[in-house]
Amino acid sequence: MESIIIEGTPKTPTVHFDSVQGVFKLEGRSIPENSVEFYKPLVDWLDLYKENPLPKTNVEVKLEYFNTSSSKCILDVFKKLELIHKAKNDVEIKWYYEEDDEDMLEAGEDYESIIRVPFEMVEIVE
Amino acid sequence: MGFNVENYFKDLLTDDVIFSYKGDISSEVINYILDSVERRTEQDKDPSRVRKKVYNVLVESLQNLYHHVDKVPVDFKDQDSERFGMIVVRKNTSGYHITTCNFITRAKVEKLEETLDKINQSTAEEIKELYKFILHHQKISPKGGGGLGLVDIVRKTGNTLNYKFYDYNKDYAFFILSMWVNALESSK
Repeated sequence: MESIIIEGTPKTPTVHFDSVQGVFKLEGRSIPENSVEFYKPLVDWLDLYKENPLPKTNVEVKLEYFNTSSSKCILDVFKKLELIHKAKNDVEIKWYYEEDDEDMLEAGEDYESIIRVPFEMVEIVE
Repeated sequence: MGFNVENYFKDLLTDDVIFSYKGDISSEVINYILDSVERRTEQDKDPSRVRKKVYNVLVESLQNLYHHVDKVPVDFKDQDSERFGMIVVRKNTSGYHITTCNFITRAKVEKLEETLDKINQSTAEEIKELYKFILHHQKISPKGGGGLGLVDIVRKTGNTLNYKFYDYNKDYAFFILSMWVNALESSK
């Protein structure tokens, strides 16, 4: 299947879901008014990917800001990853946060407590 | 008619106002407001924690307006704005003070008031759990949230939401919502 590459905008993140390497990156700002419209294609794509996933999928989330409507969509993305993990495939989510950004760390910990996939919290030190 | 929107807006414009806007809250206007205030917080070299919290509160409060404001009353001067709202950002030594104002049909007041009171009466720990509960259990709608935006604002600022409803006419109230981001972040 084809990879997804979407350039970021001031309100939407850069998306790089590489189906060959099994590296999925989400980076930048995610604050669109209509998050569902942006995330639905990603969730649909993951639905296809989960039918035939690579043995190891590495997910990197490096968000500077995200709004609450994105937070629900990101959870939907993670739920698909959880299904892939549940089907005995290796999945890891690296959640990046800037060193003084406790809010972003806590947001990652929220997801970690809801989703049964190994998370790693990675502090970005400037 | 008991309430004058124009005068209320003028009264909000105190000396410490760094940004104000009155009119249609479109997606483009939201971009403009976010850019303007973000630039200001960068120029002022505010600590990045404060900058981020201000930005987050602005995003949530503006998008709440975008998704939820009611159409203006028929006798209101500005009939052209699809989503009429006002926002005032003040800055002083204690921090950033963000106020949003919008019309709401009176039928919705009671429920919103209940939501606000419930959030305000919650402890920090309860807010965190409430956030996770709404995140996990409520369906996504194109309008977002289920009150998640308000919960997020309280969680990130550590401050309660100040609010007031003024009677506008028999069908409408005017809703004022004020939020604080403390200048020196406590570890609340």
